[in-house]
Amino acid sequence: MAYDKFDVLTSTAYPLPTENVDTDQIIPARFLKATERKDFDINFFRDWRYNSDGTPKADFPLNKEIYAGSKILVGGRNFGSGSSREHAAWSVYDFGLRCVISSAFADIFKNNCLNVGVLPVQVSAEFADTLFAAIMADPKAEIKVDLPNQTVTLVATGESESFDINSYKKDNMLNGFDDIDYLKNIENEISAFAETRPF
Amino acid sequence: MAKTLFDKVWDSHVVRQVKDGPDVFFIDRHFIHEVTSPVAFLGLESRGNSVVYPERTFATADHNTPTINQHLPVEDPLSANQLKALEENAAKHGISHWGLGDLNNGIVHVVGPENGITLPGATIVCGDSHTSTHGAFGAIAFGIGTSEVEMVLSTQCIMQPKPKKMRINVNGKLGLGVTPKDVALYIISKQTTSGATGFFVEYAGDVFEDMTMEGRMTVCNLSIEMGARGGMIAPDAKTFEYIKGRSQTPKGADWDKAMEYWKTLSTDEGAEFDVEFNYNATDIEPMITYGTNPGMGIGVTQDIPNAENVEGGVETYKKSLGYMNFNEGDSMIGKEIDFVFLGSCTNGRIEDFRAFCSIVKGRKKADNVTAWLVPGSHKVVDQIKAEGLDKIIDEAGFVLREPGCSACLAMNDDKIPAGKLSVSTSNRNFEGRQGPGSRTLLASPLVAAASAVNGVVTDPRTLLTA
Repeated sequence: MAYDKFDVLTSTAYPLPTENVDTDQIIPARFLKATERKDFDINFFRDWRYNSDGTPKADFPLNKEIYAGSKILVGGRNFGSGSSREHAAWSVYDFGLRCVISSAFADIFKNNCLNVGVLPVQVSAEFADTLFAAIMADPKAEIKVDLPNQTVTLVATGESESFDINSYKKDNMLNGFDDIDYLKNIENEISAFAETRPF
Repeated sequence: MAKTLFDKVWDSHVVRQVKDGPDVFFIDRHFIHEVTSPVAFLGLESRGNSVVYPERTFATADHNTPTINQHLPVEDPLSANQLKALEENAAKHGISHWGLGDLNNGIVHVVGPENGITLPGATIVCGDSHTSTHGAFGAIAFGIGTSEVEMVLSTQCIMQPKPKKMRINVNGKLGLGVTPKDVALYIISKQTTSGATGFFVEYAGDVFEDMTMEGRMTVCNLSIEMGARGGMIAPDAKTFEYIKGRSQTPKGADWDKAMEYWKTLSTDEGAEFDVEFNYNATDIEPMITYGTNPGMGIGVTQDIPNAENVEGGVETYKKSLGYMNFNEGDSMIGKEIDFVFLGSCTNGRIEDFRAFCSIVKGRKKADNVTAWLVPGSHKVVDQIKAEGLDKIIDEAGFVLREPGCSACLAMNDDKIPAGKLSVSTSNRNFEGRQGPGSRTLLASPLVAAASAVNGVVTDPRTLLTA
């Protein structure tokens, strides 16, 4: 599944400081019945965004008009724990987000994000707090995520931190490539290896 | 150089290392189910790729299947459509498929080992985070996303950075009423729900050596609940005994050759781990969770901790207790419950049903409790009947349902209603996991049985005799 290239992104951000946000919150299991990948934004954070009668919860950050159109979500520690459902990463992407910033990510969610074109940016707990405080003080505070230079910056103050990403994945994100392109290229090497497997 | 069990299995599956990138990692066995595979097949076909090694992939329907009247057409059109997609994709690409009604059908992490597909030293993946279950056999097994399912179908490899290594040693003898589930929930309560993120865990020590294969599966299954990618246990005589003669295990000379290799699969003396933890079996009592992640667990006789005594943010903690409608300092014992769920890839095997029956035998289900007993596979159902456990279940006022994931994730109709409190032998107590607004207490089959009989959270030791 191809995705748009990621280079430098400057955007306001949705703040979601709750810790241990699990993939059952990001997209509840009852919305995983599709057989094709489309419109997963509709049920993104379904039970936190909507009351049981379907009306939106006004105080939930993703519903607040002031943040609307943001391409970044700043989440609490251990974001994306739980199930391996890639639908969670799809729903992030389909909602219009290209980057999630947190002080810690669950492994599978992080991997899934990278595979669908959402950049997971891991920052220190202190820098995450700085970002939350800045957004609370000014909901229109902009964050600049610079993938080529691997930096994340609070635009208003210039406060900045660098983040890790391996050069292979970085190259993929910058060019919109995915792993299948790479793997199909070394098909012969893989089939020779497969011959050596005992079972 | 001294190597860990994990190193031995991982390193033998690396096709190549990408410079400053992940390893190209070869997958021996791949399980697929109806929920996380359809989009992978669409991707495969849109790129014009084919399934390179169909004999290495195994399909079973489990996540989204009904647990009553499986012989009738599935009512929900979306669920029926997913099941049909799995069946058609499997047929089209020459993949074996155990659909509804097939005698081999059941939860993927139950039927894999039952059929000898799960082997020591193998690499096993599935689009399901509880794939870690298969680590009980000394395999490297973990959950993957749908993009990776497509990678495995089209190349038999995924791109993975090698995780760090953690060893967890638990030594001593477990007390009466303390089960593998309690050992796992205890470890997770110490590690928290994210403590093992970035690690692959090896479980070692007396407790795991003494454990049955099914107990080891329960422990490895829950590795993901502390953030670990997976967990594994070195194969031993019990492992070989379990797998020998199953339908897909190597036979004859192939078996002998495999055994030679499997016997090398343990951590060498002096091999190094990035981090190591030691726990005592005697510190572990029957466990129960009180919050909205599996790290929020305590001994069943303990009180809910105060916010200042737990790791993590106070606001998140209070939000969690608010959802559960519990207060700091509450006792768990005696809380009135509405539902009991026995089943899932964590606790849906024959030993779990035996444990449940050891308590409910000669007793009656409490009137205020609705109980769903869902075996992990048809083979488990057959064994329940062969041992006469179905009669005990029936006489105690319970009903046995048909196999599937059921109320563990509530994708099918088995949903706990909003506000209701469930004691569940499954693996996740996240908000709404068992149905929108449902509240889940994770526990062992013994705690579930004792609570089902009394209608309130109960310490199973009060109903057990040594």
